[in-house]
Amino acid sequence: MNEKAPIVEIRNLYKSYKRGIQILPVLNDISLDIKESEFLALMGPSGSGKTTLLNLIAGIDKADNGSIKVGGVDITTLSETELARWRALNVGFVFQFYNLIPVLTAFENVELPLLLTGLSKKERHEHVVTALNVVNLADRMDHYPGQLSGGEQQRVAIARAIVTDPTILVADEPTGDLDRQSANDVLELMENLVHKLGKTIILVTHDPRAAKKAHLIIHLDKGVLNARPQTDY
Amino acid sequence: MLLRFLAFGLLRTVISTWYLGVEQSSATRLVTRNAISLVFPLPLSYKEKIRQIEGVKNVSYGTWFGGIYIDEKHFFANYAVEPSTYLEIYPEIVIPDDEKEIFFHNRKAAVAGRILVEKYGWNIGDIITLKGTIYPGKWDFVLQGVYTGRDENVDETAFIFHWAYLNETLKQTAPGRADKVGWYMIEITNPDLAADVSLRIDKSFKNSLAETLTETEKSFMLSFIAMTEAIVIAIQLVSFVIIFIIMAVVANTMSMTARERIGEYAIFKTLGFGGLHISGLIFGESLFITMLGATLGIVLTFPAAKIFSKALSIYFPVFNVTPDTIYMDIGVSFLVAFVAAVFPTWRAIQIRIADGLRRIG
Repeated sequence: MNEKAPIVEIRNLYKSYKRGIQILPVLNDISLDIKESEFLALMGPSGSGKTTLLNLIAGIDKADNGSIKVGGVDITTLSETELARWRALNVGFVFQFYNLIPVLTAFENVELPLLLTGLSKKERHEHVVTALNVVNLADRMDHYPGQLSGGEQQRVAIARAIVTDPTILVADEPTGDLDRQSANDVLELMENLVHKLGKTIILVTHDPRAAKKAHLIIHLDKGVLNARPQTDY
Repeated sequence: MLLRFLAFGLLRTVISTWYLGVEQSSATRLVTRNAISLVFPLPLSYKEKIRQIEGVKNVSYGTWFGGIYIDEKHFFANYAVEPSTYLEIYPEIVIPDDEKEIFFHNRKAAVAGRILVEKYGWNIGDIITLKGTIYPGKWDFVLQGVYTGRDENVDETAFIFHWAYLNETLKQTAPGRADKVGWYMIEITNPDLAADVSLRIDKSFKNSLAETLTETEKSFMLSFIAMTEAIVIAIQLVSFVIIFIIMAVVANTMSMTARERIGEYAIFKTLGFGGLHISGLIFGESLFITMLGATLGIVLTFPAAKIFSKALSIYFPVFNVTPDTIYMDIGVSFLVAFVAAVFPTWRAIQIRIADGLRRIG
């Protein structure tokens, strides 16, 4: 078992959505600890609330009740502006469809989160090159997303996610739009980020092969958690 | 967008041209006309009485001739004046000294504006024949001078000749109409005296057969414009409609752009960019689109105004794009950019990140 202190502490978390006059509960009394440098996979059927849970941990959605502490900060008490600032420094995002800005080069896309940090241009350049080196795409930094393959775009997205050295990385179906080889490359890269750089990754996936790379798989079903450690970890 | 800004610029130029006479009017000039209407003349004998009034520096007079050159389509302003005093009071009308000398001493002489002379290819010494409408008959004039404007806003399409020539002819053909002038042009010693001098002049002719109405040159010009106010209002309304159309087009473009980019804005928000950054992006884009259209529109307004000016020189002797029109163009483009960006910005800021991200893919 991983004995490190939890970097994410979730307590009695509730979240529901309103659809007209109907209230649909999505997460029901969720409590969960995620340790530093842990690779956690969230699985479950569609509509089980895994993306909602990921969004709440990443501070892009608000819980109805309960607390989420990330790196000791209770993000449920933060205002929208404080959350935005917190996200910029503490969370790296990897999405299924890469979500790169098409009119910006790979370099500029990776540089985006750094624009909020107050680093000088030279410092930003160094950080971006380092991040692109980690994902083996330093030689493609001047390419636009449209000039890159899906796998390469996802690696640029990962570089953008790690460039600020965030507390946690959240990845929502990062291999969902990739072929098998590219998916393996991305997963391998994520594994390396955990093992070599000590990153904490929370991965939402439907893919059992992707989940297999994680230390711990959490199953969500109808808003309720069911944790299962990986036997081969 | 470009064409709309061009149309707006041209219409605003038409409006400013309409008011050009007012802007050009001098604060030290008064105009005295018949109190009933400009159509009714005033006796020539008033000149000396006016000259003796305190505060009056110089007096001249003129009469609208309304002659036709070739046919009605070739309209240009033509009027009879007392040359020496007229040119003293209107120093913005510049005639070379030698031509002025001949003009002063030849009663059948006339001077015409540079644009008019160029338009008809007249030369000094040419006989110009006008067909009288108010004063029937064929009137021959010898072109003895070409005047130019001291500045670019002076009308260079008028035709001026000796009032004495008109009067002498009338003495023979229609003695009842002789020794009468259309209006007096008065130069005063101090612009602050305008109201007092006007009152004094009008008081002098109170209860006479031809009571006078004296006003500043500016008021006189404005009273002319008032006659065509409906046209000016219509042009102004059209220019406002154009602003509204520009606003609608930009607002629609920005709305569509923002809708297409809602996913991108969600990404920016996810990465930690706040409402201020998102607003900056949308307002910046709106401003860029509008300013691009406005800049090209403004640049093209100048050659378009030149073409317009040539084609309609009879109606708009001076048709220059004024700095005010440019400032208005720029002001409108800022206003349009701002208004068009308000709703998309509000929408982009309000949308939840999770909802925005769902639009991608």
